[in-house]
Order: sequence, then structure tokens, then C-alpha cells
Amino acid sequence: MTTPNDISTQAEGYSAAAEVGMARQRRTRLQRMWISLKKAPFSAWFGMVIIALYAFVAILAPFLAPYGEAQVFSTPFAPWTLFGEGQHFFGTDQIGRDVLSRLIYGARNTIGIALATTLISFLIGGGLGLVAAINRSWLDQILSRAVDVLMAIPSLIFALMLLAIFGSTVLNLIIIIAVIDSTRVFRLTRSVAVNVVVMDYVEAARLRGEGLGWVMRREILPNIMPPLVAEFGLRFSFVFLAIAALSFLGVGIQPPTADWGSMVRDNASLIQFAQYDITAALTPLLPASAIALLTVAVNFVVDWFLHKTSGLRDEH
Amino acid sequence: MSTDPESRGTKGDILLEMRDIEIDGFSDERWHDIIKGVDLTLRRGEVMGLIGESGAGKSTLGKAAMGFAQPGCRIKGGTINFDGIDLRAASESQKRGLWGSRIAYVAQSAAASFNPAHRLIEQTVEATVGHDIQTEAEAKADARELYASLQLPDPDTIGDRYPHQVSGGQLQRIMTAMAMSPRPDLIIFDEPTTALDVTTQVEVLVAMRDIVDRFNTAAIYITHDLAVVAQMADFIKVLRYGEEVEQAETRKMLAEPEQDYTKSLWSVRALEKPEVKGNDIVLSIDGVDAAYGNSVKVLHDVSINIPRGRTVAVVGESGSGKSTTARVITGLLPQLKGDIVFNGEVLPKVLKDRNKDQLRRIQMIYQMADTAMNPRQTVAEIIGRPLDFYHGMTGAKRDNRIVELLEMIELDESFMDRLPSELSGGQKQRICIARALAAEPDIIICDEVTSALDQIVQEGILRLLLRLQKEFNITYLFITHDIAVVQAISDEIVVMFQGEVVEQGLKSEILSPPHPDYTQLLLSSVPEMDPDWLDRLVAERAEA
Repeated sequence: MTTPNDISTQAEGYSAAAEVGMARQRRTRLQRMWISLKKAPFSAWFGMVIIALYAFVAILAPFLAPYGEAQVFSTPFAPWTLFGEGQHFFGTDQIGRDVLSRLIYGARNTIGIALATTLISFLIGGGLGLVAAINRSWLDQILSRAVDVLMAIPSLIFALMLLAIFGSTVLNLIIIIAVIDSTRVFRLTRSVAVNVVVMDYVEAARLRGEGLGWVMRREILPNIMPPLVAEFGLRFSFVFLAIAALSFLGVGIQPPTADWGSMVRDNASLIQFAQYDITAALTPLLPASAIALLTVAVNFVVDWFLHKTSGLRDEH
Repeated sequence: MSTDPESRGTKGDILLEMRDIEIDGFSDERWHDIIKGVDLTLRRGEVMGLIGESGAGKSTLGKAAMGFAQPGCRIKGGTINFDGIDLRAASESQKRGLWGSRIAYVAQSAAASFNPAHRLIEQTVEATVGHDIQTEAEAKADARELYASLQLPDPDTIGDRYPHQVSGGQLQRIMTAMAMSPRPDLIIFDEPTTALDVTTQVEVLVAMRDIVDRFNTAAIYITHDLAVVAQMADFIKVLRYGEEVEQAETRKMLAEPEQDYTKSLWSVRALEKPEVKGNDIVLSIDGVDAAYGNSVKVLHDVSINIPRGRTVAVVGESGSGKSTTARVITGLLPQLKGDIVFNGEVLPKVLKDRNKDQLRRIQMIYQMADTAMNPRQTVAEIIGRPLDFYHGMTGAKRDNRIVELLEMIELDESFMDRLPSELSGGQKQRICIARALAAEPDIIICDEVTSALDQIVQEGILRLLLRLQKEFNITYLFITHDIAVVQAISDEIVVMFQGEVVEQGLKSEILSPPHPDYTQLLLSSVPEMDPDWLDRLVAERAEA
């Protein structure tokens, strides 16, 4: 037993280092990632494989594509030649360009532009959302109300209008969609960040005298990453669809740049020929299903990630 | 149903019998033992105290007494017999029939257990009406009687309020009324007063004890506060690491505990620092008023002097302005009037007007170590940041200093790349102390730093703080509501009530009579390790 005034010793056998912490076994970040990957459901694996494939195709497009992106051949609407001596695996389009090559280059353009757009929208929306969450005064009010106004306008129509005003160049397309989409990112970032801003460790950082940049990057951002990463996946899908939709309407990516949205539009009329040649009718569906497949794959991965980070326990 | 206690069996009959209970929990990808073969017998009308530090398995065992295993847990072995019903074999619907009618549960946080969208009385009678024990009108009339016997103000109308319209102590009593409403045979109280102030705790304890007594209800009272359990329980069971350490009748257990572990639980309250008067004032708060927004003032003309190298404890119930005082000192809440004088110079009111050196010299340790550390940063990053930020240390120099600091707080190098989630509660608080030390401050503000910790861990932290004070001549402003902690650590005491300083003086002066009224109330409300303390207190207060 300890004597009352003796402050240097404590009950025998007590050691602060031996107190039972939560972890019984320490793992590196890589090991933990591998464990959760191994436990990922089939759908998540499927999604990841598809995304990897798309990325592979997009990056290596010039090596994989049999012909050039805008190389024109003499026969428009050439039929599929899946087997044998055929020059055009999926045939040619209305002005005689190889469909397979355009599909492959399309992956590069459409995915690249969608990715750039999503990144920019996260930079704008995420940055402003964090600032608004930390500031919580007039700045928060101004930003939040401005976002409300932007969100009140239907985004596709708003994008069409702005593209009509500024002209449909790739750069304009990226900036306009990024700004419109950043409103959603702003709302999400702000709402998750306000819960973190009130934490004692953020107050401790402010008491230490840390600047806004440190508090944003080092204290708050790492703690709101999971919902943001999930949102990134979803937002990417939506941006992707928005670009395809705009291209289909003719104000998106302009010819001769290959992209999946305009490929659907260009070859849409082929569907009528289904009764003569079923493969011809499938041609416009190829880019459409490429879009669908990628969107589904991204969503599978996001679903799994959300489930993992939601903190809900699996039933045992 | 009848409210006649005689109809529910006779006092002394065995109500609950648990044999060789084994419970598993799932974490880290595998199952491991939480409860390793514990027996428990409870008779009608008896109150059993279940004590132990956190992680000892007391809540898990308490819930198992209802036949319930929380998600992530499973009851692996043993038998649970409740009044002739085998709860392990019972179906879910059978158990649902018992829960809320014959077995009731009172949770630690009443505020989190009520639905904010419904009136209190609706929630009080919900289980009773739902189990068709009484009609709604009968149950409500009965609930009002229960409110009255629980000493709630306006018992006829308080039930019409919503949860946010009553205080924490009142809510906890209404939750007890909710548990009592169906007249259960067994109530499980899971740390029901831990979140309350001492002054409120007394009222709730008296109310709970009377009502359990009146209806001849058996109860399991789970807590880590020995003094509280001494007032409530007929006998006490001590748990550690999922095993029973010892069980004895309350008086016997308090007088002569058998096991070393039990003795060590008892010894915590014996820690006492000899007071030393200090004359060199490091920080003085001079006539400070403060308010949140434009609303009512929370601080009125507060003046406190803090001598260098000493500990000044600020005591008072919640809402008395203790933490607000800390916020004013740190600059988070600029004062409306008055000055903070630090090392002879007046500190700028607003945080961002203070320079790095002023910030470095005043450090803060928080109540909840969990939220005071960024869960995504390792221990080395947490402790290393002030070294880098204030002292410009980098690389190996910084790493060496981190190890030194870890050794000061009785941890070692192996903790450097752990995340906060991989530390125990006491270790987390130690890391927070190391972070404050890293800045090499003159004064550390400790805001209820031990109140979330178990007794033994609490003792360790207090000893550490005292040792550091001796070695580095650090000054503490120690905010707490726990008088035992005040005894252990302080030189001087400041008593606060409703935003005003009631008294300031040396520990011996404040703790010995005569007291101003409020100090008297506060001091007398602190539970003592004496089973008769509550009775005596009630009698004294009734006379006064």
C-alpha cells in the first residue's frame, strides 16, 4: 500500500506502458490495406479490375489502337469483321473511321477530361468548403448562399447555357462542369468538416498558433477523407455522364476528337438496320455500354468503400 | 397489475442466477474472451454493486443478466436463470417480452437515451403500455406518482416537457421512473450518475435507492466509483479482466478488502499533496467578465491569482464558469472587461494577437484525450509538432527529444508510431501531457483531465503531474469537480458558482469550516467511502 504523501511510487505492479491499449497487434498501413482488400466482396473486385482495365487502355491507347484516332477509310459503315482477314474489328463509322480505334482513344479523352473536371471541382469545392467550415461567419454565409443559388439551377441546362455563351472548347467544358459540380462537393465538405472543426485537437492546433493552411491540410482533411473519396467516385461517374450527355447533344467534346458520347450520336441511326445486320445495330451501343460499364464499376468500388468506412459492424 | 410489492415474490428468493458465464467479443479479426466464467446470484430486494476499471467487463456482464449480448459480442457459455426462465434458451420474442416489463435497464447517458421528439411522459410509459401491463391513463397517473416520489419538481406537469427542457439530473431521474414504471423485478443501472455533478448525483442516488427499496426490486448497480457503490449496494462484486476478484458484503468489503487489487482501488483516495504557499504570481485574472455571443454573461468579475510552480484547483458544478475561465485565459473567448496578466504583462485578448512565445507558455490538456488528439496522427507526430513549431527541432534531434518526453511520461520508444486508437485511456492522456510538456510551458491548464479515467489510471496521471511539477516547476490551473482529485493535487482552491468566484485560498483553509453556503453544499455532496454517508447526509439536510 502506498503512503498518502509519497508521490513517487504507485501501487505495485502498475505500469503505464503495460495498460491494455486497443491494438493487440501492430500492422503497417500496407498490411492493413491488403487485409481489407482480401476481405473485399466480389463486386468490389470486379469494379477494381474493370477500372484498372480502362486505365490501362486509356494510358496505352496509341499502342493498342490498330489505326489513328481520326484516320478516315474509303468505306463508311463497313461491317464488323470479327474473324479472319478483316481490317475493321467493329467496322467503320459514318465517314469511314475505325470504330475500335475510336473507342480506345475515346477512353483516353472521355476519362481524362472527366478526371480533370472532377479533380478541379474537388479543389474548388473542397477548399472553399473547408474554409467555410473553419470560418463559420460571414464568409460561410456568402459561400453557402452562393452555392444554394447555383444549385437551384438545373445543372445540365445551366451547362448548356454557359457552353453556348463561352463556346465549347475542351477547357471551357472542364471549367464549367467543374464549377457546377463543385457546389455539391462544397456542401459535403462543409457538412463533414464542421463536425471535425469542433474537435479539441483542432482547438489545440489553433491554441498552438497554427495557420489556416496547417489546420485545413493536417488536422481536418485526413479526418474527412473517407466520405470525400467516396464522393469523388460518385462525382466522377456523374461528370462522366454529364460530358457524354453534352457530347451527345453536340456541345461537348468536338470532332474530330473521339469521345463516347458523340460516337453514340454519330452512329445512332445504325440501330434502324438491326433487321439487316445485327452487328451494325450494336455499333452505337458499344460506346454506350463502355460508359455504363465504367459507371457501374466505379459505383461498386465506392459502395464497398462507403460500407467499409461507415463504421457499421458486419454481423457475425 | 398490482403495485403491491408482496405480489412479486418474497424478499430473499433467488431471482437471478448466472453460472460460469463466458462472453466473447470480436475485434482485430478474431474472437477473444471478455468474461471468463463469472458466477452471479441475486435475490429479490437486493442491490449488487459491480465495480472494476473500464474494460473489466462489468457492462457486458450487466447486459448478459438480461440475456443480451451487444453487437460484436456473443454469450459463449454458462447458464442464465431469471426467475425460472432460462434466458440463454429463450427466443428473441420471449426476451423482448421480459425486457422493459420485468427487467429494466438504466443507461449512463440519459440525454442520449431519450427521443428528443417525444414528450417525457410518453416515453416513460411506453414500455408499460406496450407490454399491456397498464392502460395508458393508468400508467401516466402512476408515472406522475413516480415523478413525485423521485423528488422531481412539478411532478404533474414535468412529463409534458421534452428532454431538452429538463436538466441532466432530472432526466436521469425520469429515466429511473421509466425503468420503474412497469414495476420490474430487476433493474440494471449502468453508471447512471457518472455524468452528473456531485450535487446532482446526491439527489439521484437518494431517489434511486428509495424507489428500489420501496418496490422490493433487485438491482445490479454498475460503476467505477467506490464511494457511490458503498451507498447503494448490499454487496459488492469486483471484476478485473473479465474475472471475479472478490465478492463480499459492502461493509465488510470496505473495512477489510482481501485481495491486493481491491486494496489498490481503495488506496486512490488516499493520495494527498502537502500544500505550499506561493508568492510569485505567474498569471493573474483581474476582474474579468465574459459572455458567449450577446447572451447572458457567464463570468462576473472573476479574479484569480495563480502562483508559479503551484497548483490552483478550480472547483464548481457544471455551468459554474470553470471552463469558460480557461477559454478566456487561452484567448479563445475574448473577455468583455478586465485583464489577464501573465509574467507581468497584459495578454492580448484575442488569440491571434498573441505572439508565438505567449502561446507556447500557456498549454492546455483536455478532459477527453480521445478528441484532443488527431486520430490520423501518430504519437511521434503529435508530440513532435510543438517541438518543430516552437523550438525548430527537426530530424534526429526531434526524435531524441520525443523519446525523452515519452520517458518522462513513463512510456517508451515503442509508442512512437502508434495511433491514438491503439492506446488505452490513461496512455492517451499521458501523450496529451507530453504534447503540453514539449512546448516547455510556464503554466498548463488541465480541464477535468482525470474525470474520464478509472481510479487506478487516475492515480497514475495525478502522480505523474505532481512529479513533473516538482521537476520542472510547472504551474497548473486544475479544473475539476472531484474533491478527491483536489485533495491530491492542489495547493490552492478557487470555488466557483454561477460565474462568480465564491472563495479562493489555500487548500487547508477552503476545506475546513466555516464554509460559505455553496462550498458547504459542494463539499458535503462528495460521496465518502462510508455506507452510512448518504443516510447521514439526508438526515442532516432534512434538519437544516
